[in-house]
Amino acid sequence: MSETRFYQTGTFAVGNRLLDEAEASVQADPERANAITKGHRACQGCGEALGARYALDAAVRATGGRVIAANATGCLEVFSTPFPESSWRLPWIHSLFGNAPAVATGVAAALRAKGHTDIRVVGQGGDGGTVDIGLACLSGMFERGDDVLYICYDNEAYMNTGVQRSAATPPAARTATTEPLGEHPGNSFEQGKNLPLIAMAHEIPYVATATVAELRDLERKVARAMEFRGPRYLHVLVPCPLGWGSATSDTINIARLAKECGLFPVFEAEHGRVVAVSPIRRQVPVEQYLCRQKRYAHLFAGEGRADLIARLQAAADRNIERFGLLASAGSRGEDTTERPARELLDVLAASERGPQ
Amino acid sequence: MPSQLEGSQAVAATVARCRPEVICAYPITPQTHIVEGLSRMVAAGELAPCEFVNVESEFAAMSVAIGASATGARAYTATASQGLLYMAEALFNAAGLGLPIVMTVANRAIGAPINIWNDHSDSMALRDCGWIQLYAADNQEAADMHVQAFRLAEQLSLPVMVCMDGFVLTHAFEPLEVPERERIDAFLPPFAPRQVLDPADPVTIGAMVGPEAFTEVRYLAHAKQMDALDAIPAIAEEFERAFGRSSGGLLSGYRCEDAETVVVALGSVLGTLEEVIDRMRDEGRRVGALAVKSFRPFPLAELRAALARAQRVIVLERAFAVGVGGILSADVHAALAGLPRARGGDRDDEDAVEMHTVIAGLGGRAITRRSLRSMIDDADAGLLPTLHFMDLNSEVVQRELARSRGGGRPGPHAENILRDLGLVAAGPV
Repeated sequence: MSETRFYQTGTFAVGNRLLDEAEASVQADPERANAITKGHRACQGCGEALGARYALDAAVRATGGRVIAANATGCLEVFSTPFPESSWRLPWIHSLFGNAPAVATGVAAALRAKGHTDIRVVGQGGDGGTVDIGLACLSGMFERGDDVLYICYDNEAYMNTGVQRSAATPPAARTATTEPLGEHPGNSFEQGKNLPLIAMAHEIPYVATATVAELRDLERKVARAMEFRGPRYLHVLVPCPLGWGSATSDTINIARLAKECGLFPVFEAEHGRVVAVSPIRRQVPVEQYLCRQKRYAHLFAGEGRADLIARLQAAADRNIERFGLLASAGSRGEDTTERPARELLDVLAASERGPQ
Repeated sequence: MPSQLEGSQAVAATVARCRPEVICAYPITPQTHIVEGLSRMVAAGELAPCEFVNVESEFAAMSVAIGASATGARAYTATASQGLLYMAEALFNAAGLGLPIVMTVANRAIGAPINIWNDHSDSMALRDCGWIQLYAADNQEAADMHVQAFRLAEQLSLPVMVCMDGFVLTHAFEPLEVPERERIDAFLPPFAPRQVLDPADPVTIGAMVGPEAFTEVRYLAHAKQMDALDAIPAIAEEFERAFGRSSGGLLSGYRCEDAETVVVALGSVLGTLEEVIDRMRDEGRRVGALAVKSFRPFPLAELRAALARAQRVIVLERAFAVGVGGILSADVHAALAGLPRARGGDRDDEDAVEMHTVIAGLGGRAITRRSLRSMIDDADAGLLPTLHFMDLNSEVVQRELARSRGGGRPGPHAENILRDLGLVAAGPV
């Protein structure tokens, strides 16, 4: 009699009931919090809605339901709370665009004063609210050691206002304020702001990056973050079909390609030092990531812009070298991806189509 | 038993006795002594359980107060001048969310040119942000007003600004009674928030409201301030019963019952004004003063009643709206609209009450008894213009205007004027 094989076992699939309960995702739990529940008005294929749901449900589980969220203005705030409707099933406050970290600090200070330190605080916002207008408040929250987990859902531009450039917009990306006209490459190739590294420079207890392609990894990092006291920072790449010009069915695939090409390094750091990276399973050239998004269409139109693509590849290569993202090149940290998941990634990476 | 205290120390000691739970602070002159005092008390454990948060900006200070207040903590901060402007967005937000934060504003000018001294440009610029604005005439009142402010804020679920003149009050030492802790405890019940962030009963605070309900929400903000017109005098009366002295309220008249000329003003200038009025009364002149203690809400009906017998009103302002004139004056105008000039005075006619706006004390310029005296004399003699800038050096201004009109690149006004006044070593331009 042959061994029964459960092909689903060990995948990232939500609702995998064949896994051992301890290994199951938070979302697989029928008793999950649904911190952001149905009925919200996010676009089809929204990476931010997905990331926020996984992150907050994991935070709710990690704290036994004792968590308060402070939200920056932005898509997440707008699509979740067209009053009198609200998708939030946890205590939630929205104040302004640039002050979510400081509001979170105030919540944490009040909880300390009242002796409710079992209740934890999550601040959250998009990349504009975090890396641009909210950076001063975020840096203050970090340097004071306030007990807040801040989550940035990074879709690499101001999507809520109609896709304008933020300091997190990558080079060569087209936005409404970085049009690739004439010789202009789209967004310029300046430094931009790498907020995970800026957070690490504060030497806070925990900094991690994640993508919505690896949702178990995201859940695990939220749970890990909740094991620390003090400021923690989680930076989640959340593709935006509207702003990136990608298929709504392609959100997770594109997030995975961002990591697999090296443009978005996925890693964890404690007290300012990288302690683990998620290695690239099967490296892909940056074209495979870029060509699926209309914001990079100008790189492939006509004779194409091989020069710009080469510069983006160089940026990816620099990340790969800096973080040791290729296992063969000698990883700097421990591979935190579960083994069965790795196999699945290999299969998926092999199935990727290159540029047309 | 009064003790010799600096105004800032008295405010810090009073706020401390109000049992704040979260204090956030960012340094700006001239409010620094207040939060320094509170910081020491928190560090010494005298206020436990109270958290003191050193923030990175005034915008963050108000934001931390918002988060703390929404979590049910009694929250306090202090600021001035540029700092108040830097937190402008968060001020509107705190008011819109109905969070009963109490804040001291140590009134100071706004640059440019940068100036650290007293006037009311800062709080006047934020008069429409939805906060209640109280103006203290002296340091005893400043201290007492903070006790009333916490009570008022929490009763109405609205933030309250206590405005006190920078340096003139904050840095002045005088004998003061810090309200006793036991009496404050009896006067100010623990903060029972209208809504609170609590995992046991999750609420969404700060959701989006569209055109279908926004007008109603804004109207309610106005209605709450109208309620404050009743609450402010009621709380002031209760305070007087509990503490044995009168402080706060909406308005306070000084010898203006039968006054033909009444000077309306805010803040510490009232002390000087009262001295001038006493002297003029001794000479048989029918003059008085009316202190506006609550600028927001503005007591229109009470002001109208208080000025019903006046022949002429001089609104003395430590700030002004560039391009128009008086700020307080506009509200006084609204209160007096259609009010006929009182009969029985020297000028018994049916004209509307005569009104003057006098801008004085900008950027810390002293408002002297002599200047106040000549202002009233000029008004009574029919010589005071509708809009007058007290002690303005017209010669210097005219010279600079001529330079500006002459074309070319005459350079910055502020530096040119300092040179003309001989305050810069290089001498006149």
